Amino acid sequence: MCGIIGVIDRRRQCMDGTKIKEALASMDERGSGEGAGYVAYGIYPDYKDYYALHVFFDNIRENKAPLDNLLEKWGTIIHDEQIKTYEQPGLRKVHTPWRYFFRPDRGMMPKSTTPDEDIVTHIVMKVNSERNGALIFSSGKNLGVFKAAGWPEDVANFYRIQDYQGYLWLAHNRYPTNTAGWWGGAHPFNLLNWSVVHNGEITSYGTNRRYIESYGYKCTMYTDTEVVAYLVDLLVRKHGLSEKMAVRALAPPFWDEIDRMPAKEQELNRAIRLTYGPALMNGPFAICVANENSLVGFTDRIKLRPLVSGESGDRLFISSEEAAIRRIDPDVENITMPKAGEPVIGRVIA
Amino acid sequence: MSIGSTPLRFRVTIDPDRCMNCGRCIENCSYGVYRKEGDSIRINSRNCVACHRCLAFCPRDAIEIEEKPGDYRSHPVWTREIREAVFNQAKTGRIISGGMGNALPWPIIFDRLVLDACQVTNPSIDPLREPMELRTYIGKKPSSLSIRERPGKDVELLTKLTPNLQIETPIMIGHMSYGAISLPAQQAMARAVHRIGTFMGTGEGGLHQSLYPYQKNMIVQVASGRFGVDIDYLERGAAIEIKIGQGAKPGIGGHLPGEKVCADVACTRMIPEGSDAISPAPHHDIYSIEDLKQLVHGLKEATEWKKPVFVKIAAVHNTAAIAAGIARSGADAVVIDGFRGGTGSAPVVFRDHVGIPIEAAVASVDAKLRSQGIRNEVSIIASGGIRQSADVAKIICLGADAVYIGTSALVAMGCRVCGTCNRGMCAWGIATQKPELTKRLDPETNAVQVENLIHGWTLELGELMGAAGINSIESLRGNRDRLRGYMLDEGLLNVLDVKTVGA
Repeated sequence: MCGIIGVIDRRRQCMDGTKIKEALASMDERGSGEGAGYVAYGIYPDYKDYYALHVFFDNIRENKAPLDNLLEKWGTIIHDEQIKTYEQPGLRKVHTPWRYFFRPDRGMMPKSTTPDEDIVTHIVMKVNSERNGALIFSSGKNLGVFKAAGWPEDVANFYRIQDYQGYLWLAHNRYPTNTAGWWGGAHPFNLLNWSVVHNGEITSYGTNRRYIESYGYKCTMYTDTEVVAYLVDLLVRKHGLSEKMAVRALAPPFWDEIDRMPAKEQELNRAIRLTYGPALMNGPFAICVANENSLVGFTDRIKLRPLVSGESGDRLFISSEEAAIRRIDPDVENITMPKAGEPVIGRVIA
Repeated sequence: MSIGSTPLRFRVTIDPDRCMNCGRCIENCSYGVYRKEGDSIRINSRNCVACHRCLAFCPRDAIEIEEKPGDYRSHPVWTREIREAVFNQAKTGRIISGGMGNALPWPIIFDRLVLDACQVTNPSIDPLREPMELRTYIGKKPSSLSIRERPGKDVELLTKLTPNLQIETPIMIGHMSYGAISLPAQQAMARAVHRIGTFMGTGEGGLHQSLYPYQKNMIVQVASGRFGVDIDYLERGAAIEIKIGQGAKPGIGGHLPGEKVCADVACTRMIPEGSDAISPAPHHDIYSIEDLKQLVHGLKEATEWKKPVFVKIAAVHNTAAIAAGIARSGADAVVIDGFRGGTGSAPVVFRDHVGIPIEAAVASVDAKLRSQGIRNEVSIIASGGIRQSADVAKIICLGADAVYIGTSALVAMGCRVCGTCNRGMCAWGIATQKPELTKRLDPETNAVQVENLIHGWTLELGELMGAAGINSIESLRGNRDRLRGYMLDEGLLNVLDVKTVGA
C-alpha cells in the first residue's frame, strides 16, 4: 500500500506544510501509522549554499561528538542545532533529530570532478553503514526531510511542518512490510538534492542494489526505496542523463514496442536497455523523485500501483489518489493518469 | 589371469513369455549383447552399458536390465568403482577414460537452493496475460551512455555499442564438435537453435558444409589444436569462442582417436583421414593473459570487429580472478564450464576430481567483476551441469547472463547417459562416427525434440519469473535476494551471497 503525494511550484512560490499534511492524512487508509514523512525544498534560504544534514541521534552525549569530528575532518560546520520538535501523544520520540549546515573542503577529494557531492555522499554512506547511533537522513542544500514512525498528522505536528515554507514538497504515508517502526525506514529517502517517495515493492532490488553498490553507494536502510535515490543520482548526476532518459532506463519500454520503433529510436532504446539493464526496476511501484529543479513521477512498466497528476496554475501535483490532490486544491485541473513507465515531469522555470 | 572376472555391471534378461523373437534387440545393440543361436536369442550381459537402445525398441517390453545384480562385499571406503579402477589399471597400466560428466556423488548446490515467489505485498505476473521478457544480449555493454537532447531535435545517441548476440531465451547449446558427436546430431541441434532464435557451438571440429544454412546461429570455436579454423570459418560464425579449458577436464587437452576421424570429419577439421586429432593442453601461443588479449584482438581484426569473441574456461579455484583478466582482454563474454560439464572422453581422474561447481564459480565471478566495476565488460555464460529450467533460473540469479546446455540436449535426442561416449559405439547415433549408427538419428525428428525441450524450459522460466514478480530477465540476473540456501554451510552461503531459508 502506502500513499504518496508531491507538488512543485514552477515559479518557486512557497507553500507552508499545512495543506500537504491534510492531503497526506486523507490517505490514512493507505498507511498503518508506523511511518510518515515530508521533504520540503526552499526551506533554508539563509543557508542555501551549505549542505543541510538532518541526523537522527540515538542520544546526544554518546553519538554526536564522533559525527562532529568526522564533519570537521572533511569540512566546516557552519551552524548546527537541534531540530525543534513538539511532543505528540501518539508518537514516541526515540531519536533526537539534529541539523547541521556543512561546507565540505574540496581539497579532500582532489581526483573528483564533483568533490562537494562526493564528500557528502562519502560521509552519508560511512555514517549510515557504521550505525554508531547516528543516521543522516537528509543531505541536500536548502531542503530538509522530516520523518518518523507514526501517522502523518502526528509526524507533521511533531515537527510543526506548517512552520516551513517550500516550493516543492513530497510526502509519504507508510504501510511498512520490511522494517516496521524504524524511523530510518520512513520515506522520503534522500541523498544530496535527490528525494524519493515510493509506493510498492521492488522485486529487482537484489539486482539494483548490487549494481549501485559497484559504484560505491551503500544500501543501509534495510528497504528497497533508497536504491531509487542512488540510481537517479548515478544516472542523472554522474552519467549526465536527463530525468526523462533516466526514467526510460529505470522503467524502459518492452522489447515488443522497441522492435516497432523507427530505426534511430530503436537504437537509442536498445542501448538504454543494454547499458542500464541492472538499473531496470521491476515489481509494482509508483515513485516520485525530486531535486531542486524538478519533480518526476513514474510507475512500473505495467502500472501495478496507482499514480495521478493534476495541475493548477503554476503547480503540478502527483499522487496516489486524486482525492489527496483535491484536498490541497479542490479546483485542480487536467487530472490525468500517466501510462505505465511514462514519466510526469514538472520543472521550475524561475 | 590373476584378477579374473568381476561382478556384472548389468544383467540383461528377456522374458520368454513376452519375447516374439523379432530380433530388434540384436539389430539395435551396438555393443554385442545379443546374438541369435538357432531360434533363440542369447545374451552376453557383460557387454551391456545400459544405453537402453534395445529396451527402447523392444515392441513387447520383454527386456529387463538390472544394475549391479551381484556386488562386491560392501565397504564404505573401497567402493565398487574404486576397486574396479584398481583392477583396470592393474591390467592395463593406463589412464582410465570415461565419457559424460562428473560421476562422483558430490552434493549438488542447485538442489540446495530454493527460488522465491510473491504473496500479497506484490502481485505475481501471469505470463499468459502480461509481457514476459527473456530476451538477452550477449556481449560487452558500455558502462554509461552519452545522449544529446536538444529542443526540437531528435534525441541523439553518441555512444557506439559493440556487436552483441541477441537471444530470445537465455538458453544456448554448448560446444560439441563434429567428431565428438555425429553430424546428424549437430544438424538436429542446428535446426533447433535456428528456429528458436538462439545459438549453438561448433566445438573444435570445424563447421561442416551441411551446417552453412544455420551459420547465423553458430558460434565457431578456436581451440588449442586450431582444427577447422580458417578465415572462411571465422566469418561464417555469429561469434567466435576461444576455448581455453573444459569443465570435464580442466588443465588438459583433447584427443580424438584416429578411428573417429573419417573422411568427412578429416575434411571439416582440415587434418589427414585416420590421424589422431590432438589438442594440446595449453594454446601454445597463449602462455599468459596478455597473449590471450592478442588472440582476442587478432580474431576481431580478422573479422573486422563485427563479431563478439568469447573465452571459455573451466571453473577452477581461482576462476574469479581469471575472469577479471579475461574481462580486460577485450573479450565480449566469458564462458565458465563447471566441474559437472560433459565430454566425449576425458580421463576419469580429471572428470571426477578437478575443478569446482558452476554455482560457486558464477557467483564468485559475478561478484569479482562487480567489485572491480567491470561487470559490463563481459557477459557470463554458465555451463556444466544445467539440467532443468530451475537450474537456469538459479544460475541467472547467481549472476549468469545465459547458459550453455550440452548433455540435456543430447538426452533430448535419446541419450540415456550411459557414459560410454568415449568408445565411439553410441547406439543412439550421437557420440559415434560409424555410418550404420549415425544414420539412426534423424535430424528433423530430433530437431523438434531439442526445440521442444528449450521451449518448455523457456516457458517454465517465464512462469518462475512471473511468480517472483519479475517481467524482464535483467531483473533476475544477479538477483540473489530471490534465492535462499537450504542446508548449505555458512562459508558457501557467503560465496553465493545468498541467505539461508527463513532469513
